[in-house]
Amino acid sequence: MRRLALLVMSLVVSSALVFLLLRLLPGDIAQAKLGIYGTPEALEQLRAEYNLDKSLPVQYFDWLSGAIRGDLGLSVLTGADITQELIAKSTLTLPLLGLASFFAVVIAVPLGMLAALRFRKWDGVATSVVSQLGIAVPTFWIGVILITIFAVRNQVFPSGGFPYEGWANFPGAISSLILPASTLALAQGAVLMRFARSATIDVIQQDYFRTARATGLSRLHALRIHGIRNAMVPVVSVLGMQISTLIVGAIIVESVFALPGVGQMLLQDVNVRDYTKVQGTVAATTAFVFVISFVIDLVLGILNPRTRQRA
Amino acid sequence: MLLEVRNLTIRFGSTTVVDNVSFDVNAGERLGIIGESGSGKTLTSLAVIGLLPETADVSGSVKFNGKELTNLSDRELSSIRGKHIGMVFQEPLTALNPLMRVGKQIAQPLRNHQGISLKEGMKRAIALCERVGLPDPDRIVRSYPHQLSGGQRQRIGLATALACSPALLIADEPTTALDVTVQKEVLKLMNDLVSQEGSALIFVSHDLPVVSSMTERVAVMQHGKIIELASVGTLFANATDDYSKMLIRTAQLSDDSFTRLTTGSAQ
Amino acid sequence: MTRNRTLTIGASCVIFSIFLALLSLIWTPYDPLEMNSELSLTGPSTAHWLGTDENGRDILSSIIVGSRATLMTGILAVIICMVIGTSVGIATSVAPKWVEMPAIFGIDIVLALPTVLFAIVLAAVYGPSTWTAVFAIGIALSASVAQVTRREVVVVLMADYVMAARASGCGTWRIVTKHILPNIRASLFVQASGACAIAILAESTLSYLGLGTTPPAPSWGRMMASFQQYLLINPIFPLWPGLAIVITVLGFNLLGDGLRESLDPTLRQSEK
Repeated sequence: MRRLALLVMSLVVSSALVFLLLRLLPGDIAQAKLGIYGTPEALEQLRAEYNLDKSLPVQYFDWLSGAIRGDLGLSVLTGADITQELIAKSTLTLPLLGLASFFAVVIAVPLGMLAALRFRKWDGVATSVVSQLGIAVPTFWIGVILITIFAVRNQVFPSGGFPYEGWANFPGAISSLILPASTLALAQGAVLMRFARSATIDVIQQDYFRTARATGLSRLHALRIHGIRNAMVPVVSVLGMQISTLIVGAIIVESVFALPGVGQMLLQDVNVRDYTKVQGTVAATTAFVFVISFVIDLVLGILNPRTRQRA
Repeated sequence: MLLEVRNLTIRFGSTTVVDNVSFDVNAGERLGIIGESGSGKTLTSLAVIGLLPETADVSGSVKFNGKELTNLSDRELSSIRGKHIGMVFQEPLTALNPLMRVGKQIAQPLRNHQGISLKEGMKRAIALCERVGLPDPDRIVRSYPHQLSGGQRQRIGLATALACSPALLIADEPTTALDVTVQKEVLKLMNDLVSQEGSALIFVSHDLPVVSSMTERVAVMQHGKIIELASVGTLFANATDDYSKMLIRTAQLSDDSFTRLTTGSAQ
Repeated sequence: MTRNRTLTIGASCVIFSIFLALLSLIWTPYDPLEMNSELSLTGPSTAHWLGTDENGRDILSSIIVGSRATLMTGILAVIICMVIGTSVGIATSVAPKWVEMPAIFGIDIVLALPTVLFAIVLAAVYGPSTWTAVFAIGIALSASVAQVTRREVVVVLMADYVMAARASGCGTWRIVTKHILPNIRASLFVQASGACAIAILAESTLSYLGLGTTPPAPSWGRMMASFQQYLLINPIFPLWPGLAIVITVLGFNLLGDGLRESLDPTLRQSEK
């Protein structure tokens, strides 16, 4: 319960911060929008419409009360409903994130365990080296390399873009997401792999692992039974902590692959200085991060029965 | 001859921790290995079951049922462990996986060696829990290790080790980490089970009274060597080595029943 | 020290990048800004070792000069985050409870906001430039520096000699300077190294997105973005800025790891 309160407070504070930052801008929004057509009356009217004539705290609370109900307001520049736009773009970004996380875990856990098993042998060391490289390589470069290999040299996947019909064209949609998701997964996987590896090494050194071996399980078998669940705990928790990195990765990847998702939208809004939209998007994103962290904590609680008892 | 150990030497780098150790165990026989920590007794027992750390350098011969174990692969050893040789460890708390229900852990060797289903395995686990004297076995098999007491966990350890009725059971300080009152119960349980199964037993400990109550023959280890190997009676009557004599004296000083045992007749 | 391969490899990479930056101050093969439209997009040749970009500018020179922006951002951002992070970290550890609680809360909030996202927002407000990037990255990283520093300081505070010092009337400030700082010094170096790696990655990402160093100053990230358009013509171009970034980042990462390894006994390990 206390955690829930903390969560809500964090959301409020961070959205307030973003609000403040954006409002610190020089320049008059109304003026910017109307330009030379800005007669004093028109400016007044616009300001009233967007509550720009009220004091800052009032503006913020107006926004907040709307946001809680799911209404993020209208874009100052285009007049479009922000929530609607966000939802529309999320249909691309959310599956991208999900797919990427799934790939990341699927890559990281087995490789990490392999690296741990073959601790001193060459493929163990090689996997560690690969994971070190993976952390140092910028995400966008991975994307460019993947494009070069799979889209330019051999036309297996599209080098960018998303089908016009969206998910109605299911194979096309999936095909557009494979390379971007893989890019993200490779970047994330490198980090996760280190944790999977150290968690597995930890398991191998445990007494219960020795007991399992004493009952006649081979190292691989014992790992499969005892190792995976125990190794998952730090991996899942790191994945939770990495959610914000994943989101940033999504922004980058959407840029690399020209995907019209939330990230792409955010970048464009930043460029045209659509403050209300940026505010709404950042707030929604932060909320998403917090919620996911909360969910992950719950999942970890389920995975680890000892903490379950205390809760 | 169930187990033949000849010239077993274990080195870590340049340090020799087990030096030219040899002993035999016949089917159904009980051997105690006694020594203080650092004497190499635990490593010797690990060598028999093939669970030495990878950094260990092993030479010598360990033959089980005539088959040489020291040059077998992990795969091959895995088919012997649990099935023919079982082991109980010292720390009941850490010897069990905290994230897995206890019944599943007992059933694991059965499923592995005998290929039975999980459902069947759980049934056998319940039966095993009864055998090791655990009340309310239905509840126990569904519990997690941290929900059980130390004595209960060690009984689980015994149940797991004996699940496939191995011909040889190795016990490494199985009661050292338990409360004194619980120790006696667990030892008695072990005694009964091993007799019922007719298994051979290697009992490793630093506690002479305990070892002598559980075994017929004793090997005294110091600095990695066996300095004395004799039946319990012979040891107490005619201990030749100063170290052994000191062990006996110390034990007599601290344990009355032990004194009666050793000054009376050998049992 | 010679047995520590990680450290030597890391240090070599870092020195290499620094060398490039210093070199760029005195000499480059060509003027990186010199355009020569006839030589647009040529591949590697004896005249231009790495080829030329779409405006005929020599790529090698751009890479060399680009190291300046990268390293400067990295080092400046690290200075900011280390100074702020360490001070906040130490201050909140020795402060009374009623100061500590909101401070931890504040740190958590900043931690939750992703570095690059924060930089994007800042770029929205102040326009893209190297300085917004430096500032944003510095602030964002200071939160994690503060968190790790706090953990280290707590460990030191529990030590017997600190309690003895307290008992003999040693003031808080003296405890900080005489006991805490020297003991966490090693960990600070390791953190600085890691922070530099992150900062450089963040900077190259921002300039890839067009939100970092503005033209005409060469920047590795931006070079990569522009080369992406010409993949069909010659896919080798993105390799150069990519390699430059990787070597530098890897260098700092390995340097940090190597430092941690060699300073191990005196350092309390916190899970990374």
